[in-house]
Amino acid sequence: MELLLNIVIYLPLAGVLAVLLLKDGPSVKWTSLAATSATFLLSIPLLLNFDIASSAVPQFVTEGSPILETMDVKYLVGLDGLSLLLFMLTTLMGPIVILSSWDSVTKSLKGYYAMLLILQTASLGTFAALDLVVFYVFFELSLIPMYFLIGIWGGSGRIQATVKFFIYTLVGSLIMLVALLYLGFNAGAATGVYEFTADWRFISSPEYTIGLVEQTYMFLAFALAFCIKVPLFPFHTWLPYAHTEAPTAGSVVLAAIMLKLGTYGLLRICMPVFPNAFMEFAPWMAGLAVIGIIYGALVAMVQKDVKKLVAYSSVSHLGFVVLGIFAFNTIAVQGAIIQMVNHGLSTGALFLIVGMIYDRRHTRMIEDFGGIAKSVPVLAVMFMIATLASIGLPGLNGFIGEFFILLGSFNSVLYSNITFAVLAATGVILAAVYMLWMYQRVMFGTLDKEENKAMLDLNAREVGLLVPLVIFMIWIGIRPVDFTDYSEGWTENFINVTESKSVAVLENTAQEDLPDWTAAFYGINDIESESQFANRD
Amino acid sequence: METPTALVSLIIGLPLLGFLLNGIAGLSSENYRAKKPLIGILANAAVFLPFLISLYLFIGFQGGSDALVVTLFNWITVGSLSVDIAYRIDELSLIMSLVVTGVGSLIHLYSIGYMNHDPGYWKFFAYLNLFIFAMLNLVLANNLLLLFLGWEGVGLCSYLLIGFWYTDMAKSDAAKKAFLYNRVGDFAFLIAMFMVFGTIGSLDFDAILNNLDLFSAGSVFTIGLLMLIGATGKSAQIPLFVWLPDAMAGPTSVSALIHAATMVTSGIYLITRLSPMFVMSPEVMVIIAVIGALTAIVAATIAITQNDIKGVLAYSTVSQLGFMFLALGSGAFTAAMFHVVTHAFFKACLFLGSGSVIHTMEHVEHKLHDAGKHVEFDPQDIRNMGGLKDWMPSTYKTFMIATIAIAGIPPLAGFFSKDEILMHAFNMGLGEFAGAMYFVLWGVGMVTAFLTAFYMFRLTFTTFHGTFKLPSVIPGAEGSEQYLHESPSTMTIPLWSLAGLSVVGGFIGLPNFIAKTFTGEEGHINWLHEWLYPIAADIPLTLSVPAEWVLMFVSIIVAVSGTYVAWRMYGSDGQKESDAAVSNRFGSLYDVWKDKYSLDEVYEGTIVHPVVNFSDRVLAVFDMKIVDGFVNAVAGTVRLFGSLIRYIQTGVTSSYALFMILGVILVLSMLLF
Repeated sequence: MELLLNIVIYLPLAGVLAVLLLKDGPSVKWTSLAATSATFLLSIPLLLNFDIASSAVPQFVTEGSPILETMDVKYLVGLDGLSLLLFMLTTLMGPIVILSSWDSVTKSLKGYYAMLLILQTASLGTFAALDLVVFYVFFELSLIPMYFLIGIWGGSGRIQATVKFFIYTLVGSLIMLVALLYLGFNAGAATGVYEFTADWRFISSPEYTIGLVEQTYMFLAFALAFCIKVPLFPFHTWLPYAHTEAPTAGSVVLAAIMLKLGTYGLLRICMPVFPNAFMEFAPWMAGLAVIGIIYGALVAMVQKDVKKLVAYSSVSHLGFVVLGIFAFNTIAVQGAIIQMVNHGLSTGALFLIVGMIYDRRHTRMIEDFGGIAKSVPVLAVMFMIATLASIGLPGLNGFIGEFFILLGSFNSVLYSNITFAVLAATGVILAAVYMLWMYQRVMFGTLDKEENKAMLDLNAREVGLLVPLVIFMIWIGIRPVDFTDYSEGWTENFINVTESKSVAVLENTAQEDLPDWTAAFYGINDIESESQFANRD
Repeated sequence: METPTALVSLIIGLPLLGFLLNGIAGLSSENYRAKKPLIGILANAAVFLPFLISLYLFIGFQGGSDALVVTLFNWITVGSLSVDIAYRIDELSLIMSLVVTGVGSLIHLYSIGYMNHDPGYWKFFAYLNLFIFAMLNLVLANNLLLLFLGWEGVGLCSYLLIGFWYTDMAKSDAAKKAFLYNRVGDFAFLIAMFMVFGTIGSLDFDAILNNLDLFSAGSVFTIGLLMLIGATGKSAQIPLFVWLPDAMAGPTSVSALIHAATMVTSGIYLITRLSPMFVMSPEVMVIIAVIGALTAIVAATIAITQNDIKGVLAYSTVSQLGFMFLALGSGAFTAAMFHVVTHAFFKACLFLGSGSVIHTMEHVEHKLHDAGKHVEFDPQDIRNMGGLKDWMPSTYKTFMIATIAIAGIPPLAGFFSKDEILMHAFNMGLGEFAGAMYFVLWGVGMVTAFLTAFYMFRLTFTTFHGTFKLPSVIPGAEGSEQYLHESPSTMTIPLWSLAGLSVVGGFIGLPNFIAKTFTGEEGHINWLHEWLYPIAADIPLTLSVPAEWVLMFVSIIVAVSGTYVAWRMYGSDGQKESDAAVSNRFGSLYDVWKDKYSLDEVYEGTIVHPVVNFSDRVLAVFDMKIVDGFVNAVAGTVRLFGSLIRYIQTGVTSSYALFMILGVILVLSMLLF
C-alpha cells in the first residue's frame, strides 16, 4: 500500500513524460485520460484499506531518511483522516477534468495536458505530504501549471488575471516559507537531535509546544498564505479574475481542489501547531469568514457573467468552511472537512456546466440566454441539481456541510456567542437568491434568441462527466456517515491535542516573560481561561 | 424485514420510485413521453397504494398506544449529533398521511384529464410524485431534521410546479418568490433547531417532548418564535404570505394539492407536533393567535375585491390558514388539525372546480381561435363567466357544496371546525393571560367568518349564476357559449368525492357539548379530539354548555348573513354594480384591499431593491476598486512581471513542463535518498 500511494501520486507525472514524447494529436488526450483514470482506479484500494479506527494516525507512510544528519527534512508521505477524502476527491476529479476539455481545447495540446497532469500530482502530493518542506514543494508546484493554464489557454483578459493570481499567491507562499524555516529550526531545537525538523508528526504532537510570541507570528504568516489560497475576504480579489479567464478545466481544478489547499493547511498546520494563536484568533477569522459569506453572496448576486457569479459564490462557500474550522468542535470541523469535498463536487459541476454552455454559445453573459431549458433539457436538469446542491437543499451534499458548520458554530466555545452562526445562516437565504435568480434568467423565460434555439443538448461524454458528481452529491446528502467516518477520529483527536497543547503552553508561560500585548491578547492575567473548556459539548 | 418497516418503506418509497421512473425515463426517452396512460397509471399508483397502506395502518392503530417508530438507517452521526432516517406512525402522522395520500390520490386522478394536452405531462407527474414523497417525509418524520428535509423538499416541488410553465417569466418569478420567502422562514427554523439541539442534545421528537423541563422560559419563547417564523413562511402567514397568491401561476391541480390542501398546512402540523412545548410560553401563543387572526382578516378583505377565480381562492386559503393559526394560538391544536382536514376537502374541491371552469374557458378560447376569431381574454377572470351552471352541472354542484362548507353553514364540514376554533378563542378571552386580546381576536374571527361567506358566495354566484358574460364583454366572442362543456369524468369523480367529504367531513369532530346537553354527562362524540388527545396539548374549554350553544348560534347567524348579503348582491348578475357599491361604501379602504395592502411593493421598496442596488452599486464597485485596488497598489509589481509574461506567451510550454518535472524529481529524490 505504501508503494501504491506513491504510484498514485506520481502516475500523472509519468503521464506527462509520455505526453511529451507523443506527437501533438488525439493520442495526447487519450494518454492523459488513461493516466488519470488509472490514478483514480489505483487510489480506490487506498480508500478500502484505510483503517478508519486509527484515522488520526497517518497510514501508508513512506519515510525517507533525513537529508543531512542535522536536518530532519525528508521524503514523507501518507494519508490520514484529514487528507484521505480530499485525496480521493482529487483522483476522482482527474479524469473528469481531462474529459472536460476534450473538444474545446485545440491549442498546443501537449502543453495543456502536461500542465493538467502536473497539477494532479502537485495536488495529490500536497495532500499526502507529512513533511512540511515536501508539503511546501508540492504546494508551490501546484501554482506553476495553473499559471500557465490561465496565461496560455485562458480568455482575453488572461494576462492580468495570471499576474494577479501568481503574485498574490506567491507573496503568501514566500511569507509562509519564512515562517516555515523559523518553525523548522524552532522544532529542530526541541527534538534535541536535529537542528531543523519539518516532520509534521512531531510538530503537531503534544511533545512540541511553541511560546506564545512565536506562535502568534508564525500563525499569522501561515494563516495569511492559506487565507489567500482559500480565499478569505479581503484576500479574494484574485479569484474572480482567475476563474473568469481560466479554461474550464483550470476553473474546475482551481475550485474543486486548489482552493481546498488553503483550508486544508489551516487544519493541518495552523490548528495543531499554533493552538493558542488559533484559538485566540478564532473570532477574528470567523468575523472575516462571515463577512466573506455575506459579501461574496451579495456580490455574486449582481454579477452579469455566470462564471464570475460562481466564482464569487466560492468566496461565500469557502467562508463557511473557515467558519467551521475555527469553531473548533467536532461537529463544525467535520462539517468543514465534508464541505471542502462538497464544494469541490458542486462548484466543480457548476464550472463544468458553465463551460459546456460556453462551448456552445461562446458567451457567459446571463443576458445572452433565457429559456434554454427548452433546447437543452438534460443540461437544465444537471444544472438544477448542481444549483440545489450549492444552495444547500437537504438531501443533497451541500446541506450536510452547512448544517454541521452552522450547528457547530452555534454552540462553539471559541465564538462565545451565536452572532457568527446566525449571520452566516443568512448566507443560506442569499445563496438561494443569487443561484435561483441566475438559473431563472439563463434557463427560463421565452426562448427568443436564434443562437439559443440551435443549442444542442449534452452529449454522452458530457453526461458522463456530470453523473459521477451528481451521484456523490446525492450519496453524501443521504449517507454522509459513509464519508464523515473517515475523518471523525482525526478531528476528535486533533481537537483534543490542540486543546491540551494550548493548556500546556499557558501553564508553562510566566507572565513576566511576555510582552504586554501578548499577555493581554492571550489573557494570561486571568489563568482561568483553561476552564472555558470545562462545559463543552 | 418486519411488517411495519416494510409498510412504511412502501409508503415513503413508492412515490419516490414513481418520481424516478417517470422522471428518468421521461427525460431520456422521447417514446416514453408519449405513453401517457402508462405515465398516468404509474404516478397514480405511486400515491394510491401508499394511501391504502396508510389506511391499513390507521385501522390497525390502537389510539393512545405508543408511536410506532420505524428506523430505516442512520443518516447523520457526527460528534454528539445522531439523526436517523426514522418515521413515526402515531395518531397525528396517520391523520396527515391519510390527507396527503387521500386528497393526493384524487388530485393525481384529476390531473390525468387536466394535464392531458400538456407536453410536459411526464414531468408534471414526476414532480407531483416527488412532492408526495417529500410531504410524507415531512409528516412522518420522527425527528426535526428529517422533517426539515421534507419541509425544504416540498418547497422545492412547489418551486418546480409553480414554475412548471417556465417559458412564462412571470410564472418563474412566482416560483422563485415562493422559494425565497420560504427560505426566510427556513432560516428561522434552522436557528430554532440549533437551539433545540443545544439544550436537548437530540432532534428526535420523543427526546424533545420528554425533556421539555430542560428548556428555560426564555429559550422556549425564542424557539417558539423562530419556529413560528418558519411556519409563517410555509403556511403563508403575515409577514411572509405574499408568495402564496402568486403561486397560483402553477397548474390548478398543483394549487389544489400543494397550495391549499397539504403543503401550506405544514406549519400547523409542526406547531401541533410540538404543542406541549408551545403551551409553555403563553406569550408565543398570543403572538401565534394575533398573526393568525390578522392574516385571516387581511386576506379575507383582499378576497372580496379580486376577480381572478384562483386569486379569490388563494386569498381564501391564506385566510383559512389564518383561522388555523388562531386555533393554535388559542391552544386548540385539535381544532386546528380539524380545520386542516376539512379545509383540505373543501378547498381542494374548490380549486379543482376552478380548474374545471378554467379548462372549459380555455377550451372556448381555443375553439374561437379555431373558428378564426382571434380574441384574447383571461380564462380565469370571473367577469367573463356567469351562468356556467347550465353547462357544467357537476362542477357547479360540487363547487356550491364546497362553498357552503367553507362558509360555515351547518352541518357541512367547515362549520364544525371553524366553530370550534372561534369557541376556543372566546374561551381564551376568559383566561387570565391576555384575555382582552383574545376577545378582540375572537371578534376579528367573527368578522372574518362573515367575510368568508360573503366572498365565497360572491365568487360562486358570479361564476355560475346569471348569464354567460363572455359573449357580451369580449368583442368577437359572440356565440361562444356553444363551446362550453362539462369536464371529463376523471375530473368530475374527484370533484364529487371531495364534495362528499366536504359534507360529511365535519362529523369527525362533533362538538362534545351537544352530547352533554342531551345526556347530561361529559360528551365524547368529538372523535378527532379523542383520537389526538395523546398528542395535542389542548387547553381545555371551560365554557358552560349554554354559552357554547349561544356561541354556536352566533356563528351560524354570521355565516348565514354573509351568505344572504352575497346572494342579494350577486345572486343573479349585477356583479359590476355590487362591487361598485362595496367600493363606494368603504372608499379608500377598498382601494387598499384591492391593492393587496401594497405589501409586495413595500417589501420590494424596503428590502429587495435597496439590497440589490447596494450590492450592485456599492459592494461590486467596492470590490473592484477598493479591495482589489488596494491589492494592486500594494503589489505595485505588475509592470515588473510584464516581461515575464511576454516570455511565456512565445515560449514552448512543453519544455517548461519538462523543466518543472525535472526540478520536482530532483528535489524529491534529494529528499528520498
